[in-house]
Formats: sequence, C-alpha cells, structure tokens
Amino acid sequence: MTGPAIPPLPLHRTLGLEDVELEAIREKLGRDPNDLELAMFSVMWSEHCSYKSSRPLLATLPTKGEDVIAGIGEQAGVIAIGDGLAVAFKIESHNHPSAVEPYQGAATGVGGILRDVFAMGARPIAVLDALRFGDPSDARTRHLVDGVVRGVGGYGNCVGVPTVGGELVFDPSYQGNPLVNVMAIGLLEDGMLMRASADGPGNLVVLYGSATGRDGIGGASVLASATFGEQDPSKRPSVQVGDPFAEKLLIEATLEIIAKGLAVSIQDLGAAGITCATCETADRGGTGMLVDLDAIPRREPGLEPFEVMISESQERMVAIVEPGRWEAVRAVCERWDLPVAIIGRVTEAQDIVILTGPGERGALDADGRPVDGARELARIPARALASGAIVFERESRAPARRRLAPAPGAPAESVDRLPLRGQDPGAVLLALLGSPNLSSRRSVYEQYDHNVQANTVAGPGRGAAVIRIKGTTKALVATTDGNAPVSALDPWLGAAMSVAEASRNVSITGARPLGVTNCLNYGDPTRPEAFWALAEGVRGLADACVALGLPVTGGNVSLYNEASGSAIAPTPEIGIVGLLADVATRVGPAFRADGNSVLLVGHAGPGLAGSEYARLAGEAVEDGPPALDLALEKQLQAFIREAIARGLVESCQDVSGGGLAVALAEMCMWGDTGAQLRLGVGD
Amino acid sequence: MTVRVGVVVFPGSNRDIDAVNALRVAGAEPEILWHETTDLAGVAGILLPGGFAYGDYLRAGVIARFSPVMRAVADFAARGGPVLGICNGFQVLAEARLVTGALLRNRGLRFVCREVTLLPEHMDTPFTREIGERRPLRMPVAHGEGCYYADEATLDELERDGGVLWRYANADGSVAGPEDQGNPNGSLRGIAGVRNAAGNVAGLMPHPETAVEAILGSDDGLGIIRSLVVSSAEWASTGSIAGTRPMAEAGR
Repeated sequence: MTGPAIPPLPLHRTLGLEDVELEAIREKLGRDPNDLELAMFSVMWSEHCSYKSSRPLLATLPTKGEDVIAGIGEQAGVIAIGDGLAVAFKIESHNHPSAVEPYQGAATGVGGILRDVFAMGARPIAVLDALRFGDPSDARTRHLVDGVVRGVGGYGNCVGVPTVGGELVFDPSYQGNPLVNVMAIGLLEDGMLMRASADGPGNLVVLYGSATGRDGIGGASVLASATFGEQDPSKRPSVQVGDPFAEKLLIEATLEIIAKGLAVSIQDLGAAGITCATCETADRGGTGMLVDLDAIPRREPGLEPFEVMISESQERMVAIVEPGRWEAVRAVCERWDLPVAIIGRVTEAQDIVILTGPGERGALDADGRPVDGARELARIPARALASGAIVFERESRAPARRRLAPAPGAPAESVDRLPLRGQDPGAVLLALLGSPNLSSRRSVYEQYDHNVQANTVAGPGRGAAVIRIKGTTKALVATTDGNAPVSALDPWLGAAMSVAEASRNVSITGARPLGVTNCLNYGDPTRPEAFWALAEGVRGLADACVALGLPVTGGNVSLYNEASGSAIAPTPEIGIVGLLADVATRVGPAFRADGNSVLLVGHAGPGLAGSEYARLAGEAVEDGPPALDLALEKQLQAFIREAIARGLVESCQDVSGGGLAVALAEMCMWGDTGAQLRLGVGD
Repeated sequence: MTVRVGVVVFPGSNRDIDAVNALRVAGAEPEILWHETTDLAGVAGILLPGGFAYGDYLRAGVIARFSPVMRAVADFAARGGPVLGICNGFQVLAEARLVTGALLRNRGLRFVCREVTLLPEHMDTPFTREIGERRPLRMPVAHGEGCYYADEATLDELERDGGVLWRYANADGSVAGPEDQGNPNGSLRGIAGVRNAAGNVAGLMPHPETAVEAILGSDDGLGIIRSLVVSSAEWASTGSIAGTRPMAEAGR
C-alpha cells in the first residue's frame, strides 16, 4: 500500500530528543551538534540515564546516615557494617527489554546490577528479583514468566551468585508491561572501595571485557524511555545479549585489579555504553578525555562511530589507570582471557573528544597525543552529557476521582464487612492460600541457585533472606517489597507502606535495617496524573524513610511503563538490607514448639481496599485502604528487635498480603504444626 | 601437619568458594590449582568443584576435559590418588572418562536447586568411610545437566562392582527412580554419584561441600568431605588407600 509521502523526521526526533532539548544542546555547545554528538546526547539525556523528570523529586530523599560510605550518584550504595567490612547494594529495573525479549532482558538485568556492585569493589553475594506480570492464565504472560525466570536463573546460576529472594506478583495492569527489578548485594573488604571518578590528567582510559558489537544500540533511549505499542518487533535489535561466563571472568578480574591497587577508577558499561562510562567518570573527576575510537575492540567490522559510542554490549568495564600500572592491568585481564585496550587519556580540559586516526595505527600516539592527521569526530563538555543534562519541571495533577487514605494516625473510618458478604472464612482462607499472588513460589525459586557460596542461612520462600558473613558472627538480611495495589489507590500511602513492610520484614528476623534502595516504576511523566503519582510516591518514600530513620542510598527510576495507552499500577519497589549482629539469634517465621503463645503486636485495623482479598472478592464501597501510622511502625519494629535480642521470641511473622489469616496459616504450615487462636475483640 | 587438598579452578568455576570453605571445616588445607597448570603442587587429594567451566555453553564439562590441569589430574588418578568431582566436577570427570556414564539435561529440562535426600552405599570407600551412622543425608542439588545415564549393561556392571556410592531417596526412604519425586533430574536407578572401578575417583551431583555447617541448614555433607580428607592423608603417607586397587588391574 502506498500513501502520501511522509516527510522524514529530523534526526533529533528520530533519536527521541524533543525540540527544546535540541535547543538546550545548541546552547551548551555554542553551535549545532553533528550526528555523532546528537546520538551521544540522545542516550545520555534519555530519561533512563539523565533522570530528567525525576531528579528534582529525588533531591528530597533523606540520604544521610552515620555508616553511609557511598550513596546516591555512585554506582551502588555502600554502608559500613563493622569489622572493616561494608555492604554494597542497589536495585535496578530491566522492564522494557524483558517485555521485548524476556530471557535476555532479565539475564542482562541481573548482569547490569551485578556490575554496579562489583565495580565498587564488592564481591556479589546475593541477588533478589522482584517480578510483576499480567494475568497468569494468559498465554503471553506465561511466555514472559517462563523467559524471565529462565533468564534470571541462567545468568545468576552461571556467575555463581545465589538468588535468595524476591517477589512474583500478578496484576492485570502489567499485562503489556511486565516489571523486572533486580537487586544485588555485595560484600566489601577493607580497602576495596572503588569510585568511578576519572582523576589524574594523563592517566589511561582502559576498556576491558567483551568486545563491542551492535547489540543494545540505543537501548536506553529507544526501550527504556518510551511507551510500547501493541506488538513491536522493530525494537528487538535494541535488546542486549548477556554472556554470564564473561561476567564471571569480569568479576574476578575486576576484584583482582582493585585488590592489587591497579586502578584509579572503575565504572561498568550499561545503558549508553562507552559514552556514559567516559562522560560520567570524567564529570565526577572534573576532567575530560581523549577517546581513540579506533582502539576499541570490536565484535564485527563495519560499525559506525555512533554505534561504537552508544552500543550497550554487555560485560564491559572502563578503568582509569596510571601509565605505570598498565602492564599489570593487562596481565590480570589476559590471565582471565578478557580483551583489554587503552582507548584514551584523561585530560585537564573537561571535554569528551572522540578521535579517529588517519590509518591503521589509531588516533593517539604512545604519549596520548593525537597523531598527525587524526580527525575529531565529536567534542562535548563531559558535564553537559552527565550532571549538566537537561531537567524538566513536569506538570503534576491529582486525578479528578480518587480515594484518600486516612491521615496517618487517624482512626480509620472504613468498615470491613467480610462475614456480612456471605463468605465462609474457611473458604476465604483456602482461596487466598491458593491465589496466584500468595501461593508457593517454589516452582520459580527452585530454578535459581540459592545456596552457592555457602552463605545462605535462609533462602527464598519464607520471608527475608539471611546471608551469613564468613569469619564473623554477623549476617545480612535482605528483602524487596512493593505495594502496587495500595499505590494505585493512594501513591503516597503505597510507597510509605512498601518501606514499612520491607523494614518490618528485616526487623522481624532481629536484624537492624541499614538502608534503602528503590526502584520507582511509574508511567509516562509527561502525563500530569502519572507524574503526580510519581511525585506522591517519592514523598511517601521520603516520609517513611525519615520516620524510620533509614537513609536512601541509591536506586533507579523507570518511567513510561505503559502499553497501549494504559499505565501500570504505580510500583515503588523497595529493597532493604539489614545487619544481624549474631546470626545464631535469628528468628524465622515458622512455629517452633507446641505450647508457645501467639501474640498479635500492633494495631489490627480495617482496610480491605488494595488487599489480596479485594482482588478475589471485589471491594465494597465502604472499604478503604489500611491506615499507616509511621510513628507506631517505628516503635513496633524497635520492640520486635529488642524482644528478639532478649531471646524472648521463638518465631515472628509480619502481617501483609492475605492478612492475619494467611500469616498464621504460613507459620503453621512452615512449622508443620497447628495453632489454637482466639481473636480479641476491639483494639 | 594438615593435609593439603587441591581445588581445581577453571574459568567459570563458582563452587570453589564452597569447596575451600568445606575443606577448611573438615580440617584440611585447600590449595587452588589453576586450570592452566600441570603442576599439582604436591597435593594429597583433588576436589573438582561445581560451576560452569569455560561457560559450559556447549555441554557441561566438554571443554574442561581438554585443559592442562586435567592431564595432571588423570595422571594423579592413575597413580591411585583420591579425586572427588562435585556437580560440574562430576560432569568434567565423566567427560574425561575418569568415571563411567554421562550426565544429560535434567528430565524436567530446567535447572533445579533444592534439598535432596541421599542414600550412601558401600560405607568403606575413600569417599564414604567417614559418613558414619547418620543417614539418609540431606544436602542441596543445583544443576541443569545432572541426569545420570548409562546403558543397562553398564549400569548392571557398575552395581555389581560396587560402583554406585549415592542414590536419591524418596520421603519414605526408598530409592527414587527416574520418575519419582525424590529424584531431582531423572537419573537412572536413582544414581546420584559413582566411583571408578579402581575406587579412587568418584563424582556426585549433590553438594556435600555446601552442607557442612548446621547454620546453612545441614552438615550432612561433612562426612563425604572428611572421607576425602582422610583418604588424602592416607594416600600421602602410604601411597595407597584401603579399599582401592591399581587402575591397571581394574581395567578402567
């Protein structure tokens, strides 16, 4: 079929940049950008890399904590845990790649977050994966679940990092746009902390790991920063392909380089590839770089300069190395069979300059000076690409029809009328236990190696994961939680509840929560209602973290989670790591001995809206979401931790999805016992 | 003097961490043996750990068997030294024909990580002698290619020679056949691990080296690791191990 000729889009639009952004780029350069420069801007100024819509909101998060060593803006958060050790952790999304190609999307999601952690000098010790899909009876959903689960397992199992926890949630709002959020945790030994800052003009820019190919061209701008149509195979070439074996070698080589003190700086290559790794490290160091395009090892001939610069080929790292240490770095990489090359020099001038040579010998001489006849392909101030990227003040508007949650601490006005709806409580409990969101996840987590490294004290399936630290009495406790159903009703409340629940899941083992990482999965920020949900979510996250005394040490924002015009339920995914001083004192959720008393601690109020029960039975008009009292939550968790520390608690479980009934049923089933219970009347 | 046991590290090995930990718990001194070396540094025994040697993209263990260190391991085995392969290590031993049989894709076609129950047999071998009375044994499996396979005649011969050392068990204590719930991968006759005819080389799919401390859920694997350590010490001091015979006599 032929129609009237459509005039071609200007290049910046094709690359996903708006007209105002092109204007801003012209202003920063003082001239028109060339095509290569425009491509580099398009990926660095994508929502995914620049946080251009969310940055003003994220600035409101509490980030201070006495033990925080590295926080927001670093590749991963780092918190000291005593004995000269520190924990590095971060959560990140790989939603859109997983929607297009579930296996590779999920696999490279694991790979990317692991690199963020070991680039800081931490050995990865655990992965948690929080997954959300549409209707479980739908054939496409099953295809996505199968691919994502195999992708997470295929990558994590091969690199030898245990997958110790996570979530699997089904909700119709994720039908066209699944969520794949992966959290990685690493352990840092004394003296291993590494930063990604290109200090020292004259130092070498060293690229090591896999060669650069055509995979993942423009992944950040094409996939992560736009909404989906119904079927979109044209986006498939933008999905990266993972090689977990190369990642395993990269982990060992990187930790060896850091342990031997051979690098000034290390950054992983993820979204926006070499462009991102060079401009971000230069920007942090207040320096610039000469980059020799010809020196970059390629997977195939015929790559265009822009393809090399924005390729998202996986399993690559950029190190800044003093010239005298180059031979030692090369020896480490060769021992691990990894390609390694000097691709440039750090300069005092704060520009990223991309050069190509006149012949086969490259663009830079042995002293790092451009050779005669070298051509400059691009010159951009590092800051303009990184911290100086454009920021948008998006319009925010509350939806016209919405329910308001009770104010914190206010008595809930809603009334739950469960028996009055003609339901048999026993049948309700069985239906809840068998529902897609509450039933056993064994068929999923059995596909993940959850005990490699011999540290897993409590793996997936029963609350927070517990990872012991060899050579100490300590253990790390980790969980992910995200309450989307309540966020859909009230995004402030949903985010605050997600933090409270994640923190509670850590506290009920006896561990002290250390800090928060978050993955904010929301809709198209150019829609005022969607941006309002994001803004309210960040406000809820900040309020809860302040109330509970938890620093936010990093995370990731994933916007444009919409398909065919409908947005996902706002999903603030919260990851928390806690510290258990003595792993022997840990408490689990299973009932342990006959005759023990069962106590309900806290406030059992109404609030069925957003519950799993409501998902099965529907909501009555008088139902409201549960109330959240953050001051009480803080007291409750302090009480539980102290009671456990005093040895008074045999087992402990939090009341969340499925309510008290499911919490108690799980304690019975996991303890292979029963319980006689009498519910008190009133408060 | 503590006995030194070599842990072979291929690019892609990952349970070398677990193996080193287990050997220390069992009172031995682990010695890392890099895949490119043929110098075994005078170790008294060898443990081939789990992982994905060279990525295992083609077939588990098929590349690793050609590595320089495996030539040295084969020589060591031919001299009667004790060699234990766990998971990927078992796959490498099978590919190298140092033990009988092959490890196919799991019957369910999926990676499986869960706790299994093992019935040890022949309690006087270099790899079972320290297990003692505690049985069955609980420990994890974690693999995608662990379905033990050999033809019927070979299986008969293996059983007749006492070559089967561990089998998967059902909840009621019976041997778990290929279709049974207690069998994680469809292994024929429930076979989880075997030894060679000479008796000094053994492999198994489950992970005794991850089950050596109660805090990790089970220490039932310690008996197997201790057996390797005791046998290594015996071989180092006497040049032979009780219950084994020279490979030339064994024929295989």
